[in-house]
Amino acid sequence: MRHALVLGVVAAMAAAPWPHALAQTEDPVSAEFDKFREVLEKDNPAELWEVKGEQLWRTPGGPKKASLEKCDLGLGPGVVKGAYAQMPRYFADVDRVMDAEARIVHCMITLQGFTYAELAKAPFSSATRTPDPVSIVTYVAAQSAGMKFAAPQGHPKEKATYAAGKEIFFYRAGTFDFSCASCHGVDDKRIRTQPLPNFTKPEQAIRAVLGWPGYRMTGGVMHSLQWRLTDCFRQQRFPKPDYTSETLSALMTYVTVNANGQVYKGPGIKR
Amino acid sequence: MKISNFAVLAAGAALLASCATGPQDPRSEALRMMQRDFKTQGIASIDRLKQDELQAACDKYGDNPPKEIATKLQNAQYAAIKWPADGKFLGDWKAGEKVAQNGRGMAWNDKGGVGGSCYNCHQIAPATTSFGTIGPSLKQFAKLRGYGPDIQRYAYAKIYNSKSYSACSQMPRFGHAGALTQKQMQDLTALLMDPASPVNR
Ligand code: HEC
Ligand code: HEC
Repeated sequence: MRHALVLGVVAAMAAAPWPHALAQTEDPVSAEFDKFREVLEKDNPAELWEVKGEQLWRTPGGPKKASLEKCDLGLGPGVVKGAYAQMPRYFADVDRVMDAEARIVHCMITLQGFTYAELAKAPFSSATRTPDPVSIVTYVAAQSAGMKFAAPQGHPKEKATYAAGKEIFFYRAGTFDFSCASCHGVDDKRIRTQPLPNFTKPEQAIRAVLGWPGYRMTGGVMHSLQWRLTDCFRQQRFPKPDYTSETLSALMTYVTVNANGQVYKGPGIKR
Repeated sequence: MKISNFAVLAAGAALLASCATGPQDPRSEALRMMQRDFKTQGIASIDRLKQDELQAACDKYGDNPPKEIATKLQNAQYAAIKWPADGKFLGDWKAGEKVAQNGRGMAWNDKGGVGGSCYNCHQIAPATTSFGTIGPSLKQFAKLRGYGPDIQRYAYAKIYNSKSYSACSQMPRFGHAGALTQKQMQDLTALLMDPASPVNR
């Protein structure tokens, strides 16, 4: 009931055009947004997807009619608590580093019998549909709320993946000569009124991962980091990275390790 | 064909950039991943990942190449500028303002029609307060620098190819990349240079 009310407010906000014309250096859009976020965070709409994700995790499904309760997120089969804050990490069974969503998709394939092709066909949320991996990653993420990020760097592949992620972050190419660092490599910059955190610095890198997965007011949908990074590659005028690819896990490794030691607050709200 | 092209270039770039050239060096690892993980989508084709000489040099030197190299790169970029066929730098500032506002173009979900996305990074006309700050303010551009033909030429050159003056500028090379047409660049130059433009009033 309270959820429905909050969602109504959020939907109304999302439908209204942002008052860009008002924005000045002290951006009132951001200020206004922060006010709403405070109200909303007491009753975060992300909880709806968390509940749905937990059901999907526990209920037998897929061609193999299996639940995900045997899925190993890095802390042993079925251990969800704290797993999100310790990813991306190396998984020996696939011999690569995986972020949470990549691992969940892997488990849906191996345990439940889905195919990568069907999961990757339309992997991001729309106004009418939230793909199951997004709900599940929201559930998994919520079980790390209040914990410190501790993406491991013990395995050589974890170190190599961090280093590759850093290279990708700074790789300038494409029609506009952009890299991630063009928009996220210096302090205190904005695109129009949107603030751009500098992910190369630990104290700001946390902003890459805080609040994700996030309920995004624009469109009123739940999105994960897989979506955020993919959409930034679109803005970067690059071709499209494969869903759950190593490239995306490597970038997530780079920003998460940079944010290690800082507290994750759980699924959040994004504008 | 395109993919193998990229592979050859990628390998070349990796050799160029690396101090450590083992199979484990981060740059070749990154190139290997990107080459495998990216797919052409709409107009954003896979060969966009291939760096040109300038992009590779900027990457190699962390956007801060030694002076001789920077100068060489800038001169080569400048020499490739195609100046307006009609000899005029200034078009219609009102049309220029529309181009400056338009942030679309060149992304995989775009069709045709490219804008300059100038307000994404610059303050320009004072009426638009929703502007980005990656680039410096261009408010009063000509009022501060003068309205003469040299400054007109400079503004046009900067829009055509920002790297002709600053090798590793974060600003796209709109003319060089074929993103904006000659007319759009003349209109934008007018937005910055016309005494009647709100930029200079
Ligand atoms: C052309 C500009 C541009 C490029 C290039 C770009 N981004 Fe972004 N990025 C943005 C904008 C704009 C936002 C949204 C900020 C907001 O909504 O407040 C954003 C947001 C983000 C966020 C979420 C931050 C938050 O506060 O929740 C992450 C993470 C991110 N980008 C990562 C990346 C990575 C990794 C790359 C390279 C693959 C990249 N970006 C490239 C413009 C860009
Ligand atoms: C992604 C960011 C970005 C975009 C988009 C962008 N610029 Fe820039 N621009 C910059 C940066 C950064 C500089 C300063 C560094 C340099 O000189 O290249 C700059 C510098 C300039 C200068 C030189 C300023 C001076 O004081 O000499 C002009 C003129 C200019 N930009 C015009 C434009 C116009 C017109 C557009 C749109 C067609 C545009 N820019 C789009 C980032 C951008």
